[in-house]
Amino acid sequence: MTEQHHLTLTVNGRAHSCDVEPRMTLADCLRERLDLTGTHLGCEHGVCGACTIIVDGAAVRSCLMFAVQAEGAEITTVEGLADGETLSVLQQAFHDNFALQCGFCTPGFLTTAETILAENPSPTRAEVQSAISGNICRCTGYVPIIDAILEAAERRRAGKK
Amino acid sequence: MKPPKFDYFAPDSIESALTLIAEHGDDARYLAGGQSLVPMMNFRVAAPSALIDLNGIATLRGIKVDKNSRLHIGAMTRTREIEMDSTIASANPLLHAAAPHIAHIQIRNRGTIGGSLAHADPAAEMPGIVLACNAEINSIGPAGPRSIAAGDFFEGIYSTALQDGEMITEIVFPPWPAARCWAFQEISRREGDFAMIGIAAWFDLNETGEISAASLTAIGAGDTPLRLPAAEEILSGQPPGDVLFAEAAQAAVNELDPGSDLHASAEYRREVGGVLVERALKTALQREAPGYTA
Ligand SMILES: Cc1cc2nc3c(=O)[nH]c(=O)nc-3n(C[C@H](O)[C@H](O)[C@H](O)COP(=O)(O)OP(=O)(O)OC[C@H]3O[C@@H](n4cnc5c(N)ncnc54)[C@H](O)[C@@H]3O)c2cc1C
Ligand code: FES
Ligand code: FES
Repeated sequence: MTEQHHLTLTVNGRAHSCDVEPRMTLADCLRERLDLTGTHLGCEHGVCGACTIIVDGAAVRSCLMFAVQAEGAEITTVEGLADGETLSVLQQAFHDNFALQCGFCTPGFLTTAETILAENPSPTRAEVQSAISGNICRCTGYVPIIDAILEAAERRRAGKK
Repeated sequence: MKPPKFDYFAPDSIESALTLIAEHGDDARYLAGGQSLVPMMNFRVAAPSALIDLNGIATLRGIKVDKNSRLHIGAMTRTREIEMDSTIASANPLLHAAAPHIAHIQIRNRGTIGGSLAHADPAAEMPGIVLACNAEINSIGPAGPRSIAAGDFFEGIYSTALQDGEMITEIVFPPWPAARCWAFQEISRREGDFAMIGIAAWFDLNETGEISAASLTAIGAGDTPLRLPAAEEILSGQPPGDVLFAEAAQAAVNELDPGSDLHASAEYRREVGGVLVERALKTALQREAPGYTA
């Protein structure tokens, strides 16, 4: 029905519930209903990658999923990566390598890179380049982002969490 | 932009999906990975009155090889699963090699093989691979179940043999001989973009070393994926080699009749199509050589 659907989902370890119209995208639900505005919307047609979030372990475009489709899902957004005030290893590596300037693309790169590193703890430079091909950055020129992801992989292998 | 209003249903069986689509009429659509349909809705190019979400139907997913060595892939199997699956790596290495060329990881994590075939973008990889392999597309609709040969499935740009309310359930690939030579080659502007042109090639060799069967398919070169019969004919019955491959490439250039768009001119596509045919055939032959990896 075009009427509201009741939705329950877990975002960054916290259970949430809300009522949504079917046409509400998951990105809009996160931003407008749950007030999690870290997930950015650039193109709203799957091209830019800014809206990337992690749904049940997989990086996906939140502009191309409807919120109703996330019933029961476990979601991680950029807000869920840091531990309080302590940045994650990946976030710290982005900071150290100047892997962001305006920051608009950063949430999408971070969520994508988290899933890459979970799947492949020792990626090659070429593998990182390929894995972030679905994320657009207009500021950095990508090189510092690739450096940051490789450095994060190294630090994580060396035992930092 | 934001998608227009629609009714949403998430059936858990094929039967209830068919009932729902029948109830909601011509403007209802199936929703698979949403990686083509939702962008079109966000642009308001598509405005379905109802979406029947197939994601909750477990019987539409899965990968298996039957006792006759045919590979069965459920329509709702995600592109990323196809890319990562070790069964497919041996049961159809051509499909396995083409999958990573489809969009980006985040898109492949949602997009499905059935959705890609139903969407029928002329530059898409999956339609080219099913055509190259003579696969069959199993479906069920108001008129009951049927099996459609890949050669009869693609009718035009975004247009297929599927009737109103008809759902793809499974794709069935014929057995893949272990010694088959094969390659997939495409040129796109950036990694993950649609192919400006792409070529899927395979051939089998008989005991005396001649090509006993050959398949050459182009994507991004017309309204549908296209077999290249003149080039295939040149290969057939001949021993493989550089001179033969160059002749086949020339035949491909002659029979290709692609269009121009903002990504590439027709001239460029024909030229590159020939280059890719030659490259694909050479790569395919190298794979046959002992000790070849990757
Ligand atoms: C940025 C971006 C880049 C992309 N690049 C590529 C690329 O390089 N190559 C490529 O091939 N694709 C590309 N795609 C498209 C992507 O592969 C889609 O996943 C695919 O085209 C459609 O599959 P889906 O499962 O997402 O289908 P959906 O979008 O859910 O559906 C597409 C259409 O098929 C119908 N449908 C879906 N499933 C069925 C079924 N089982 N039976 C009958 N009808 C059905 C739907 O009603 C709809 O009309 C790209 C997409 C994006 C957003
Ligand atoms: S906003 Fe989703 S990919 Fe651009
Ligand atoms: S830091 Fe500005 S777009 Fe990437």
